[in-house]
Amino acid sequence: MTKHKQSQGIDRSQTVILLKDLYKSFGELDVLCGVDLEVYKGENVVVLGRSGSGKSVLIKIISGLLMPDSGTVNVLGNDVSKLNSKDLQALRLKIGFSFQGSALYDSMTVRENLEFPLVRNLRNLSAAEIDKAIREVLEAVNLEQTMNQMPSELSGGQRKRIGIARTLILKPEIMLYDEPTAGLDPLTCTDINDLINEVQQRYHTSSIIITHDLTCAKSTGDRVAMLLEGKFLREGTFEEVFNTEDERVKSFFDYNFIQ
Amino acid sequence: MSSSPREYVIAKWIDPAFTELYSAARFVLRFFIEVFQPPFEFKEIIRQCYEIGYKSLPLITLTGFVTGIVFTNQSRPSLAEFGAASWLPSLIAIAIIRALAPLVTALITAGKVGSNIGAELGSMKVTEQIDAMEVSAINPFKFLVVSRVVATTLTLPVLMTYSAFVGLMGAYLNVHLNELTSFTSFFQSAFSQITFLDIYASLFKAVVYGFTIGIVGCYKGFNATQGTQGVGRAANTAVVISMFLIFIEEILIVQVTTWIRTS
Repeated sequence: MTKHKQSQGIDRSQTVILLKDLYKSFGELDVLCGVDLEVYKGENVVVLGRSGSGKSVLIKIISGLLMPDSGTVNVLGNDVSKLNSKDLQALRLKIGFSFQGSALYDSMTVRENLEFPLVRNLRNLSAAEIDKAIREVLEAVNLEQTMNQMPSELSGGQRKRIGIARTLILKPEIMLYDEPTAGLDPLTCTDINDLINEVQQRYHTSSIIITHDLTCAKSTGDRVAMLLEGKFLREGTFEEVFNTEDERVKSFFDYNFIQ
Repeated sequence: MSSSPREYVIAKWIDPAFTELYSAARFVLRFFIEVFQPPFEFKEIIRQCYEIGYKSLPLITLTGFVTGIVFTNQSRPSLAEFGAASWLPSLIAIAIIRALAPLVTALITAGKVGSNIGAELGSMKVTEQIDAMEVSAINPFKFLVVSRVVATTLTLPVLMTYSAFVGLMGAYLNVHLNELTSFTSFFQSAFSQITFLDIYASLFKAVVYGFTIGIVGCYKGFNATQGTQGVGRAANTAVVISMFLIFIEEILIVQVTTWIRTS
């Protein structure tokens, strides 16, 4: 049975991500139609929604990879759409982004993947400090033995873990997970869910977890927000969202249970 | 509502063509802005020079050598017919240094390196590796594009010079075996008609071709879409457009050098 998330260490007086009235379209397609969201320090917010509902677009806007058509994106006190490239780079050092396909640099070994963001952003680190940081994050994701392997030699779950380790090496304050359990077997999904919770506890991160996996939502989310038709239709604990009377939300849960 | 043929042509061909041109111009402009801004990726540029230059040497050696031999073989009967066989070394040197070495090197490099850059960056783009760099506060344009374009621009003149040398050696071998000409007299005769303008023009061509191959490959790869199909398309169009531009540039540079030579 899926474990319930025990919410702790959330500071509701401190907002780390604040989205207000966010709109984003691609040509004729309206993806986000007035999205509002607030994420508190130390909180894991799960964004549930169907494929193509704009979940990934949402976190790409938060990280500055995409710009909204209108609305406010405030991350750690910075209005993302008004930052110049230098300030955006500085903000990105505080945001970890775990991609759906892991996005490991396939021409580099695991070690080089981890080393790459570190040496490029903190240029005066000694070799010993770099080595220590790499070992620390590999230990955190429990994959010390893969250090000299190429990404192509890793399993899907291992790739996800290394992807997360690569973001952790910069010690981010915010983690954005894009479909962390997509394409993985149930046991590996459980491992990844546990890892997300471990990261929250160990690194004191606030996170947005994009998923359509209910098990992942239930075990990692302190709060769940349901993104349908371009806006959040329901927000609350997993049970609150699950027990809603809104037919559109219920149909999403019914479909997922049938699956 | 059905559109007129004129509107259809504008929507289908003219609008996208101008949008693409604008996007390419912005890409080139961004290169010239970022290439002079620190931090400089010297290590990556050297690695790319090795990948692009050193690893192309076997192919350049083969094509250069064969070009020299074949061109000599093909020219000999025509010159002999006019009793001008002694002009063979000069003719070969002029042809190789002025035209064949820059063009053959550029076309071979466009095929080998241009497609490689297009496919590599295209693959990185569709697997979100470029986005991953961006969110890690690394400038992917500087690391991936600037380093590759600088490497192709620096490497191509070296490859072209090497190709010309190998081509002349192939020609010498052919002439030596047929006419028993000595090494010294062959090269004395060959370089008697070569001016500094020929050498400078060829080096300039190689720089322009190198830049073209690098920037087109990077542009196509960096803007690849639609998964693996997009990667294949990026590699393919990188080669086709590079070659097309190289021929246009060849015509323009030849016109300018001819004008300088005659004025």
